[in-house]
Amino acid sequence: MYNWDFMTVVIGYEAWWLKGLLVTLAYASGTVLGGLIIGVICGMGLLANRWWLTGPIHLYVEIFRCTPVLVQIVWFFFALPIIIGIDLPAWLAAGIGLTLYMGCFATEIFRGGIISIDKGQWQASRAIGMTYLEMMRHIILPQAFRRMIPPFVNQSVIQFKNTALLYVVAVPDMMYTGYLVVADTYRPLEVYSGVAVAYFILLYPLTQWGKRLEARRDQ
Amino acid sequence: MTNSAEDPGRPKLELTDIRKNYGAVEAVRGVSLAVESGQVVAIIGPSGCGKSTLLRCINHLEEPTAGKVRLGDQEIDYSHKKGLPRGRALARFRGRFGMVFQQFDLFAHKTVLENVTIGQTVVQRKPRQEAEKVAREFLDRVGLAGMESRLPRELSGGQQQRVAMARALALSPEVLLFDEVTSALDPELVGEVLEVMQTLAREGSTMIVVTHEMAFARDVADKVIFMDQGQIEIEGSAQEVMVAPTNPRLKSFLARFHGNGGQGSP
Ligand SMILES: Nc1ncnc2c1ncn2[C@@H]1O[C@H](COP(=O)(O)OP(=O)(O)OP(=O)(O)O)[C@@H](O)[C@H]1O
Ligand SMILES: [Mg+2]
Repeated sequence: MYNWDFMTVVIGYEAWWLKGLLVTLAYASGTVLGGLIIGVICGMGLLANRWWLTGPIHLYVEIFRCTPVLVQIVWFFFALPIIIGIDLPAWLAAGIGLTLYMGCFATEIFRGGIISIDKGQWQASRAIGMTYLEMMRHIILPQAFRRMIPPFVNQSVIQFKNTALLYVVAVPDMMYTGYLVVADTYRPLEVYSGVAVAYFILLYPLTQWGKRLEARRDQ
Repeated sequence: MTNSAEDPGRPKLELTDIRKNYGAVEAVRGVSLAVESGQVVAIIGPSGCGKSTLLRCINHLEEPTAGKVRLGDQEIDYSHKKGLPRGRALARFRGRFGMVFQQFDLFAHKTVLENVTIGQTVVQRKPRQEAEKVAREFLDRVGLAGMESRLPRELSGGQQQRVAMARALALSPEVLLFDEVTSALDPELVGEVLEVMQTLAREGSTMIVVTHEMAFARDVADKVIFMDQGQIEIEGSAQEVMVAPTNPRLKSFLARFHGNGGQGSP
């Protein structure tokens, strides 16, 4: 029977773990927020129906959707600095990669939410004399946002988990901190179990919240 | 946008040679029509003949490919694409019409009262209190007093359609456009909606009504138009068009409605 010893991997490493937690939370919230902004902008761009806008946006979305996020992070860390000739710090390169990844899904969610609004809502708004902006603000967006929230929460959960991949470029998130603590204590079982539990505790409420929103939408 | 005194000699609404193409499809092929103030015009015709498209061209829900639309003293000439109104000017032109659709299209996230106030507050910039007062009056007129705080999905089809009418009427439109407003309703709910329209007609509203309710067209309309293949095939009084038709296409069209077109009022 394995002799579990959690004390060894905690005592003396509190500051590391706290930092790891904060880094993970910062990346999760930062990239989700950044992705949301990209999503709104690119989603609007797609709706504008101008080929010179929709072309590049589709290209962006498809590239990020059809390549693994791990490859993107590594690429942004190793390849991007060479291409643009600027040495990006790991935290920034990885952050850009993850944000763009979230952005491509947020774009689809935003666009999908808007075009899911029945055509009748659009024509009725226009028929009573609303301008495009009035229609968006009072009729379309309020309904579309409600529909966007559940998929956006789901994607945020995925994004949160994706931050664990940051460890490959040595950004000291929870996962990388675990790796450091293992190197120090040789107790991978306790460390990685603890890390898994920590992710679960952070994410479980989020998924439940997402489910509640989904249920509310369906009624 | 000016709304000065109207020239009594001119019809209120005038369409001149309206055309609308969707790619190679010619949905409307040169329709001219004059509608006097207070007149009720019914448009009948087989499915796909361009009735909805024509109606939507009148208030620019669709941009006509060519032709002219004049409402009161404002004319839009679609052969000069450069001079077409855009943005707010276009939206406000559209707001001078009231339109009611087959599928009601009430704002799903707004209550009945909000549906009837939002155009007044957002488009006409009326204070909320005043808008709500007007909204309540019109809801009362269509027989829906007491339903103000319901959501559209909590109403029957007939009730929803009457809310849609109140929503249009609350903006004091100059011309009302109805596109098969009873076609999506259960038969027993058709009457309550037609009744409202009849009242409007009696009170002097200017209306263009696309309908499959032949009895309504015959009894209420001052002018009946039979459209076929994107054009006005026949235009005349209800008596001329519906009671003693001579045109073979119109005859065969009306024959299909014989059950409810012959007698009885809605
Ligand atoms: N957005 C569109 N794109 C392409 N074709 C269209 C479009 N809207 C209408 N059409 C075509 O234009 C023609 C006229 O359609 P419209 O809807 O005006 O007919 P309608 O007389 O209202 O028919 P119904 O009685 O079935 O409502 C049809 O052939 C239709 O297929
Ligand atoms: Mg139609």
